Amino acid sequence: MSARDNYRVFRATRASRVAAVLGLAVLVLLFAAPWWAGRAELRLLGEIFLYLSLAMLWNLLAGYAGFVSVGQQAYVGLGGYLLFALTIFLGLHPVAAIAAAGLAGALVAMPVALLIFRLRGAYFAIGTWVIAEVFRLGFAQLGALGGGSGISLPVDAARSLAEGRDAREAVSYWLTLGVATAVITIACLFLRSRRGLALTAIRDNELAAGSLGIDIWRTKFLVYVIVGGLTTLVGALIFLQKLRISPEAAFSVNDWTAFVIFIVVIGGIGSLEGPFVGTIVYFLLREMLADLGAAYLIVLGAVAIAVMLVAPKGLWGLVRDSTGLRLFPLGYRTEPKEKKGA
Amino acid sequence: MDWVNAILQGTLLGGLYALFAAGLSLIFGVMRLVNIAHGDLIVLAAYLALTVIMALGIHPLMSLLAVVPVMAVVGYVLQRSILNRTLGDDILPPLLVSFGLSVIIQNALLETYTADPQRLSAGPIEVASLNLGGLAVGYLPFLMFVTAVAIIGGLQIVFYRTGLGRAFRAVSDNQDIAQLMGINRRHVFALAMALSLAVTAVAGIFLGIRTSFDPATGPARLIFGFEAVIIGGMGSLWGTLAGGVILGVSQAIGAQVNPGWQILAGHVAFLVILAVRPRGLFPRMDG
Repeated sequence: MSARDNYRVFRATRASRVAAVLGLAVLVLLFAAPWWAGRAELRLLGEIFLYLSLAMLWNLLAGYAGFVSVGQQAYVGLGGYLLFALTIFLGLHPVAAIAAAGLAGALVAMPVALLIFRLRGAYFAIGTWVIAEVFRLGFAQLGALGGGSGISLPVDAARSLAEGRDAREAVSYWLTLGVATAVITIACLFLRSRRGLALTAIRDNELAAGSLGIDIWRTKFLVYVIVGGLTTLVGALIFLQKLRISPEAAFSVNDWTAFVIFIVVIGGIGSLEGPFVGTIVYFLLREMLADLGAAYLIVLGAVAIAVMLVAPKGLWGLVRDSTGLRLFPLGYRTEPKEKKGA
Repeated sequence: MDWVNAILQGTLLGGLYALFAAGLSLIFGVMRLVNIAHGDLIVLAAYLALTVIMALGIHPLMSLLAVVPVMAVVGYVLQRSILNRTLGDDILPPLLVSFGLSVIIQNALLETYTADPQRLSAGPIEVASLNLGGLAVGYLPFLMFVTAVAIIGGLQIVFYRTGLGRAFRAVSDNQDIAQLMGINRRHVFALAMALSLAVTAVAGIFLGIRTSFDPATGPARLIFGFEAVIIGGMGSLWGTLAGGVILGVSQAIGAQVNPGWQILAGHVAFLVILAVRPRGLFPRMDG
């Protein structure tokens, strides 16, 4: 009699089923937001979804693949500039331009990965920052895209999204909701797949994973390219909301990397639930401390350091360790089968 | 002649970059810590010098006497109170904690000194130069270069000729065994950080004399220092000087071609060397 006859192997738990149902309900509620929320709330929600997406992607990179990048603003800015270039020069519809930007971002990520994978650990981190600086200085040289002072999205391109301001803002909001949902789904499905299992194994013990025959380099390369492409796509969407781009705003390390890192660290790195918790905490802090100005960033930095020192797995790690709660059906679990007739 | 001049000025500027890099290289060598806040600590030193100069009305070079010990104490306390707690097999905690420190220092400087660019005025020495057959060698850049060579030479001596250096190398090779031999690694790490920030103080004051600075200029200094370390080859102090010079010359040549390309040319030189010689030009043999 093998172990399989005595044990049932399963992934979904009651908590993950309840979370899925609740998640769907929240998604429906959020989809309907243009009918129940005001303009300001809609903008805030859109921003929350965009940061949630960036946090999910950075978490895949740092929390699972072990690549601590402080240069993801390279892809956010690239996406923004691609959106502007494709709509202005090729007359593409903004939504088509966003999709194209995602593909182009993945293509750009390939040679970048070949270069910076030569650096290890912390030096990898600063290497990614250099890449982002090269992108920033490079785009600042392009006079056709406004050079160092930046450029606005042409009115026609913005108008082609929908008729009327309310409809435009609703479409723009749905795009952010759609992209966030897609990013979360892709992250979840990827981690459940063969490759995702390999990635989780590498995260837990690279040496052991390698000796079990996992192609570490290829798995990490794949993650870097996917994350690069999706970050570019999110970047394009961010600058569709802003309607104006400049090298400083597009490649800002604070806006697109520092805040994202704080979100993931505070929420809990290396879990899919962490970015959700972190995003909520981040926006609560931001709304509460908005009047403090620069001091707000000092508080945020101090909170992140405190969490890193006291609870390295973040707030979600604390919850998980004390309750065993998991909201995403990622791992495998076993339980004894009920004996017949018993 | 313009090109020769560009290369000469770039070489002298490389001395400053080597100073940015030396502190970074030192703590990486001793405890494998990459301090993301390094550039912001350089700028912090420049602001401390500014405060001392304003209060006492002394020459920026005299302010070294106050700023160097203060930064060394800051380094010791920072390491013992926070950074020591992040060291371990996982590279994430030191990286993220120093990243948090970077954001905190930048914004604390912004709150204290505003975003207005500042300079440390060194008087006539700033523009004085020596004429060498059509090439003008500024006294100040020359002084910076000589200081960089002296500091790197001094660090080399500390590392290989003193008891402290032996302790640095011991904890670098194997922390646990060094601890068993009676070395208190927490204290040794804190001394390394103190030494690193003492060098940083010199770098910060020269930075402030050479160019204007504001609270947001730190990250670029970190990147220059980092590029010098990688170009030179990790773990080699003289390599770091060579890396700084190569970076400075690349920037000067870039600026000669097109003023907008100065910084970009330095980054490109770094990426080319990373592609061709990933371990740097002068890697330490034992790696």
